[in-house]
Amino acid sequence: MENMVEVFSVLGAALAVAFGAIGPALGEGRAVAAAMDAIARQPEAAGTVSRTLFVGLAMIETMAIYCLVVALLLLYANPFVG
Amino acid sequence: MDINPLAPDILFHIGPVPIDRAVVTTWAIMALLTLLSWLGTRRATVHAGGLQAVLEIAVEALETQIRDVLRRDPWPYLPILGSLFLFIVVANLSAVIPGLKPPTAHLETPAALAIIVFLSAHAFGLRSLGPVNYLKRYVKPNPILLPLNILAEFTRTFSLMIRLFGNMMSHEFVLAIVVFLAGLLLPVPFMLLGILIGVIQAYIFTILATVFIGAAVSGEAD
Repeated sequence: MENMVEVFSVLGAALAVAFGAIGPALGEGRAVAAAMDAIARQPEAAGTVSRTLFVGLAMIETMAIYCLVVALLLLYANPFVG
Repeated sequence: MDINPLAPDILFHIGPVPIDRAVVTTWAIMALLTLLSWLGTRRATVHAGGLQAVLEIAVEALETQIRDVLRRDPWPYLPILGSLFLFIVVANLSAVIPGLKPPTAHLETPAALAIIVFLSAHAFGLRSLGPVNYLKRYVKPNPILLPLNILAEFTRTFSLMIRLFGNMMSHEFVLAIVVFLAGLLLPVPFMLLGILIGVIQAYIFTILATVFIGAAVSGEAD
């Protein structure tokens, strides 16, 4: 069992992406729902709403991307693998 | 499937400097954009011809978007933001040409772009407000928040870089996995999705750069 670091790195990478995607997915869903609601109420503000929505989605998505980067570091640039 | 997305793909060396594939693609994109702009504006007329009209539409669309975000005259900021957008769009979409890898899918190009945004936001802020007023925004709304404000400068630049890199690189990765698992035709819808992702990421990068510059020149804490 001398390759435990590798085993747990792969497991950690999978868990990081799997659980890290839950929060941003819920958040993006809520943001899009709110934006749809706003556009349905005020169609003339659709341009402003969707631009703000895109920027907000990018901010939320960053959390998921951080998880992806952690997973990639574990897989390809792991500091604990000699 | 043993490609490492973090390692550079060295093509050749100029003296001691290694030149990787992303840099060569960047040079090609720069040459393409410069050539198109030069051809389009070489004999600029009031009644624009085909290429000139395309360039004018692009510039005016960018101008409207930046004006909507900044709520001030966009012309001082249009050259850098517009060039950023056009470069990132062409770089992200270069993946549709077989054999080309988008330079934004390697860590170095998004890092360079994010550093450009970081420096230009400070430069525009200093130029429009002066040093004293500009530095005052770091102690707003309360001097206790000074460390957080300084930290936010770096984390937002970092997340700007990671967002572009992560999206483009993960897309390449998903394509590689789908080709590996399913063969020839199944990746086609993913490639179409990739075009959409490339354009949206370029838009988001530019809008966020605009927001940072707008916050810097108006002296508000963001």
